Amino acid sequence: MRAINAMLSTIGAGALSLMAAGAAFAEGLEIGPEPKGWFLQESATPVMDDLIWVHNLVQIIITAIVIFVFILMAYILIRFRESKNPVPSKTSHNTLLEIVWTIVPVILLVIIAIPSMNLLYKQDRLPETEMTVKVVGNTWNWLYSYPDYENVEEWVSNPLDETQAKQVGQPYLLATDAPLVVPVNTKVKVLVTSVNNMHAWAVPSFGVKMDAVPGIINETWFEVYEEGTFYGQCSEICGILHYNMPIEVKAVSKEEFARFIAAGGMPEDKFAGLDMDSPETEVAMNGSAVVAAND
Amino acid sequence: MVAIHGEDIPVTHSADDEKPGFWARWFYSTNHKDIGTLYLVFAIISGLIGGFLSFMMRMELAAPGIQFFSNEHTYLVFVTMHGLIMIFFMVMPALIGGFGNWFVPIMIGAPDMAFPRMNNLSFWLLPVALICLLISFFVPGAAEGNGFGGSWVMYPPLSTTGSPGPAFDFIIIGLLAAGFSSIFGAINFITTILNMRAPGMTMHKMPLFAWSVLVTAFLLLLALPVLAAALFMLLTDRIEGGTAFFDPARGGDPQMFQHLFWFFGHPEVYIMILPAFGIVSHIISTFSRKPIFGYLGMAYAMVAIGVVGFVVWAHHMYTVGMDVNVKAYFVLATLVIAVPTGVKVFSWLATMWGGSIRFSVPMMWALGFIFLFVVGGVTGVMLANAGVTTYLHDTYYVVAHFHYVLSMGAVFGIFAGWYYWYGKMFGHHYNGFLARVHFWLFFIGVNLIFFPQHFLGLNGMPRRYVDYPVEFEYWNMISSWGAWVTLASVAVFFIVVLEAILMRNKRRVGNNYWGEGATTLEWTISSPPPYHQFSILPRIEDEPAHGAEEGKA
Repeated sequence: MRAINAMLSTIGAGALSLMAAGAAFAEGLEIGPEPKGWFLQESATPVMDDLIWVHNLVQIIITAIVIFVFILMAYILIRFRESKNPVPSKTSHNTLLEIVWTIVPVILLVIIAIPSMNLLYKQDRLPETEMTVKVVGNTWNWLYSYPDYENVEEWVSNPLDETQAKQVGQPYLLATDAPLVVPVNTKVKVLVTSVNNMHAWAVPSFGVKMDAVPGIINETWFEVYEEGTFYGQCSEICGILHYNMPIEVKAVSKEEFARFIAAGGMPEDKFAGLDMDSPETEVAMNGSAVVAAND
Repeated sequence: MVAIHGEDIPVTHSADDEKPGFWARWFYSTNHKDIGTLYLVFAIISGLIGGFLSFMMRMELAAPGIQFFSNEHTYLVFVTMHGLIMIFFMVMPALIGGFGNWFVPIMIGAPDMAFPRMNNLSFWLLPVALICLLISFFVPGAAEGNGFGGSWVMYPPLSTTGSPGPAFDFIIIGLLAAGFSSIFGAINFITTILNMRAPGMTMHKMPLFAWSVLVTAFLLLLALPVLAAALFMLLTDRIEGGTAFFDPARGGDPQMFQHLFWFFGHPEVYIMILPAFGIVSHIISTFSRKPIFGYLGMAYAMVAIGVVGFVVWAHHMYTVGMDVNVKAYFVLATLVIAVPTGVKVFSWLATMWGGSIRFSVPMMWALGFIFLFVVGGVTGVMLANAGVTTYLHDTYYVVAHFHYVLSMGAVFGIFAGWYYWYGKMFGHHYNGFLARVHFWLFFIGVNLIFFPQHFLGLNGMPRRYVDYPVEFEYWNMISSWGAWVTLASVAVFFIVVLEAILMRNKRRVGNNYWGEGATTLEWTISSPPPYHQFSILPRIEDEPAHGAEEGKA
């Protein structure tokens, strides 16, 4: 599993560095979907580590089952085809066999269930969290606030449109104008709710997905290992712009986070440092950076 | 599997074959075979509509950016209607209304269904329901456009305050009509199967297709009233100043709708797949020329799946914020379903073991069914794990999973039944070569569509998205190629049917055109069967305890 992760992260990092080539804003670690990706996104939290582990365990078992059934079927179809076996047997019972194919799946399921339960409880039972963020789903953007820090006002995280995303060198439909900012190596409690339709706040690399239900406050948690930018997308149908309701989480060092809070939690202006007339921005705006990353 | 005295089968009397005039026959029909045919024709029409919607979705998703749906709401309407139409108006009418009506009475040696007029009502509620759904396309739904775009799960508040227009009311009315149609059908099947079996046809000698329809009918009877109640609650919630079952601002609970919906919704998926299990069992047995392996295990595995299917519903709701202990229960209960399902798969393989296997067209579909159902089933084991599903919930992994069991499981079951019983139903055969072309194109097409969707889901692509980040482009493009191949296969299907109809006089078939492997009662009567069969009931041979599984015609 580690090997797969390492391999995938190499691929991902390569692609992302290409993407960041024309980027002014997105630096460092960036985890989101990967071009031509066929596997789980990279892990950024301990829960996601476990999730990948359980996924891989189940994947190995179910792949083995499919291969076993396929080989068995192929053997039967060849060995017992009409030309090879013109006289069929009349066997319709074999108690031992029937017991075996009931017991063996049960054993496999127990093997799956134990780590699956561990993961489930780890994911769901909140540890002593060190800070809280409140996430409110709205049609169609996210509202973020820190109940712990009264000086920081709730802010709206809107999606960037295609041109803006190119300007800042971030992926369209994943990037927002004002990400949720959290410190690394901190257990963060997330309260999720909604003010109108249902939404779901999901960051795949955190192993987090929680429905935002009006009238109900759901809880989940994460602890990010490394500084970087992490992307997710709304994962519960919420109407016409369901597809354009991205989630961007920026994990920063604890010191930087303290400065951020002290400054009143002003979200960084992604467009501030951009010189709109510079050739670099031109290139980004013409879209070659993003396209190149996907060829 | 059912032993019968050849001599006891009544021959056709001329009076049995007197058909009413066209209008009376097809519009006032009370004949189970005619109603079955109506259901099949209806399912084909609905399948075309539902298929068109999904084809447009695949075309839209072939590349990032918005290609066809300049109003994104219309895309969501297509998603919604594709689901509803395929489930309620294609798969269910084909498997239960179509093949169930046609063959359950014949297989159990009954002259017709218990309540022929109610059978007529069951069918004719469906076109009414479909018309309601089609009207909803063209009336205002949400502020953004016509039609209802809240997906087939219809979660409030998107389906209440989020879709104020009348479009969703039409869908509610349509689904209530379709639900009553299914409930009436279920009552009819249960009564017929429990009371009208021919002398000597004990429950434990009953063909597996009849068993599958019996279990399905009980699921329908218990699940659909819950849907009807939930839909009615939505309807009254939608009235200005009406009820507030699901409105949190007035003390309601939107999650409650999800529980009600999935209490119906999960048995619903077994409603769609169990009849296919029954059909595939007969085909495997027929073309291996062997009695089905472990008949009782097969029958009770279906019963077990039906029973357990009622207590696993919340595995569709892992991210809704349930208590962790509740989730743990649903994980374990869901995993349990893998056991009876495994019994069925291995029993099919054991039926073929030692058999004399003929690769006729229905057998190809049945073999395709088994393999693809296994692929779709094991991803179900993955999704059962709430921890992992936190990642996979509402991604394309789920789309791939349920299309492997439905678009491939149920639909392969439908085509298997179609090619197995085509001669029996219509009295002539189809072109085997063309039918094989249909099979291979469909097999390649649907795999090409849905296998890459596993990758999309693992990479994190959420469902019901009209546009997606460029990272998801590659596998979406391949998936959309599959839509073209599938489109071609659908065209070939119609060529098969057309060619068979044109050549009908040259390819008449006898009573039992599949030979000695086909042992159920429908193979003892003519093809097509007389308008009224079994005016003298067949008598099923009394055999020793295990005779049911070992007998042959």
